[in-house]
Amino acid sequence: MAKQLAVDPKRCVACRSCELWCSFRHNEVFNPRLSRVSVFNFEASAVTVPVMCLQCDESACVKVCPTGALERRADGVVVHDDDKCIVCKMCVNACPLGNISYSPITKSVFKCDLCEGDPWCVKYCPTGAITLVDPDEVPDKKLAVAVSFKETMEEA
Amino acid sequence: MAGGWIGKLLRVDLTKGTWAYEPLNMKDANDYVGCRGLGTKIFCDECDPKVDPLSPENKLIFLTGPLTGTGATSGGRYEVVAKAPLTGTIGAANSGGRFGPEIKFAGIDGIIFEGKAEKPVYLYINDDHIELRDAAHLWGKDCHETTDMLVEECGKFEVACIGPTGERQMLYSAIMNDKNRAAGRGGLGAVMGSKNLKAVAIRGTGGVKVARPEGFIREASKARAMLQAHPVAGSGLAALGTQVLMNLINEVGGLPVNNARVGSVFDRADDISGERLADTYLVKNQGCFGCTIACGRVTKIPDDSPYAGFGEGPEYEAGWSFGADCGVDDLAAVCKANFICNEYGFDPITLGSTIACAMELYEMGAIPEEDVGFPLRFGDADTVVKLAEMTGKGEGFGKMIGLGSYRMADHYGHPELSMSVKKQEMPGYDGRAIQGIALEYATSNRGGCHVRGYMISPEVLGLPIKTDPLVTEGKPELLKTFQDLTALCDSTGICLFTTFGMGLPEIAGQYREAVGSDESDEEILLKGERIWNLEKRFNIEAGVEKDTLPPRLLREKLPNGPAKGKVAELHEMLGKYYEVRGWNQDGEPTEEKLHELSLE
Repeated sequence: MAKQLAVDPKRCVACRSCELWCSFRHNEVFNPRLSRVSVFNFEASAVTVPVMCLQCDESACVKVCPTGALERRADGVVVHDDDKCIVCKMCVNACPLGNISYSPITKSVFKCDLCEGDPWCVKYCPTGAITLVDPDEVPDKKLAVAVSFKETMEEA
Repeated sequence: MAGGWIGKLLRVDLTKGTWAYEPLNMKDANDYVGCRGLGTKIFCDECDPKVDPLSPENKLIFLTGPLTGTGATSGGRYEVVAKAPLTGTIGAANSGGRFGPEIKFAGIDGIIFEGKAEKPVYLYINDDHIELRDAAHLWGKDCHETTDMLVEECGKFEVACIGPTGERQMLYSAIMNDKNRAAGRGGLGAVMGSKNLKAVAIRGTGGVKVARPEGFIREASKARAMLQAHPVAGSGLAALGTQVLMNLINEVGGLPVNNARVGSVFDRADDISGERLADTYLVKNQGCFGCTIACGRVTKIPDDSPYAGFGEGPEYEAGWSFGADCGVDDLAAVCKANFICNEYGFDPITLGSTIACAMELYEMGAIPEEDVGFPLRFGDADTVVKLAEMTGKGEGFGKMIGLGSYRMADHYGHPELSMSVKKQEMPGYDGRAIQGIALEYATSNRGGCHVRGYMISPEVLGLPIKTDPLVTEGKPELLKTFQDLTALCDSTGICLFTTFGMGLPEIAGQYREAVGSDESDEEILLKGERIWNLEKRFNIEAGVEKDTLPPRLLREKLPNGPAKGKVAELHEMLGKYYEVRGWNQDGEPTEEKLHELSLE
């Protein structure tokens, strides 16, 4: 089972360190437009949300790719092969979350590859707003809800 | 091209309405680092020190540094340089947010504006698509409206602009970017206004490379880890913002109250502190581009308050200037006055201090009530907010407040009651209780200022070492190092606040790997000293007044608190400071010093 990135908008401070380091990891240049992760800041409500590929189980990008350039590896990560890619951008259109990107600068398609298991968006996030989680561990969230419910009941 | 830089500047002639790219002078970039240092070097090479700051002959330079837009610690800064109208000194104001990095992403290192546009214009930069566009519809709009309108008009652009105060060339108007970030002090907004330049809207798709990627990753990661583990840089500033200082400065008896007339202990300091803000109006903390510290405050005053509003701030300095310095303990009013400054685009330190000065002049009978239209009493929160609004709009007595405290107090015959140095107001630390900061104020190259060698770090916070704030011995030496280091830090493009948690090795380390230099830490620090001396030489040639302090700090003993009975012992420190700097006793760099720094 692939690990996946999880975001906690409450912790995000809109610094965009993830964008900077993502682009540097993959392209050796600091350029938010080459980043696989994008941070959206909703000023009026002071909410900031980083958005990136979640390695869907039913990957529209893989299904729609006519040349097999997008493939799911054994570890569950969907990877993109530049050599097989004809840059038709079908995947960019097909991804329901908009997490496959095309760069007019490099004239290529790119997506998150989880940095071979050590994602730099996680490593360089100063607040822990982006974490790498095992989907098996997601029930922790349920536990947290249960704990807060229990506390509410105790107070009542 | 050396790493860190794009290698290109944009020069815009507003008089002719033309623009052209030119190569960045790499020798100067190496000698003067970037941002503040290189901006000052370019300015000094091209402008007469006697230039009228509000004339077309003054130039306005927006410049990044080699670390701006990189993954360096808090590497989101840019500098605006011009001759400052408030002080007549070199004006260099540093700002964060997202605007600075976007300059680099648009494929340039900076912009030099010269001349004056015939009508209001704004500069549109979309990579290499550049236009000077009509700004008639923006003229008169505040900074938030202007930013929103430009984003609507241009798309997802970053915006730096002036508000109505800059348009009116008010002497302490700021240049605001990303709505709430400011190149705030000295009146650079007025310079922009004098050129009929309302805004710069910029967007780019490029990036920034570094010379030695592996080494850069190593140095930046090390420095980031240090900051994140640090109690101030890692957690204190995120939780409480710079307002974390309010109670700390009050505890050492250094929080000026009522224009510093009644001493520097404020019994209600806690009511306007960072802790109180966190419990009340703080919505969230946010960071500038690439920043791990995230000291920014997003604040909201509820709709049912007379001070209802939403915005950012206050910083400690605004918390003090509208709070303790005006005798005000209403945090909602303090926030509101700060929002007004952000929206109208002017400096809250000078504003609050000028209001405090007006209150003192009124209470002693020097300002007649008919000049104002209402009483000016210390402690009256409503008056502070009302005057902020009137000053932003340029209405009534707000016009007088808009002169700054020195010119206002001089008008009423009491220039000595302006708490300013070289006509710029001192921030929220009393130099009688914290001796090193007194020396810093007196010798700052842009007038009363705390971010030209932040002596509060060693004297109050104990960073990197604790010194006794009441002692003068050792302060000149310490201040020189802090001033040089700050000049270096500002010039690289990283935030000065990083120095709460790291020092020269981390600044120099990231700089070296970015630009591909093999210079030692000491050789890199020497660039900071070169920048300081260049600024000083400009000020001497511009005819700026001698280094001194307001008589209140020099003669009136503090009446209370831990520093009771103290005055600012400037005479004990100034001569020694000049000696440590290698200057003569008139405070002028000697030929030998200039030669040593290759400034002859």
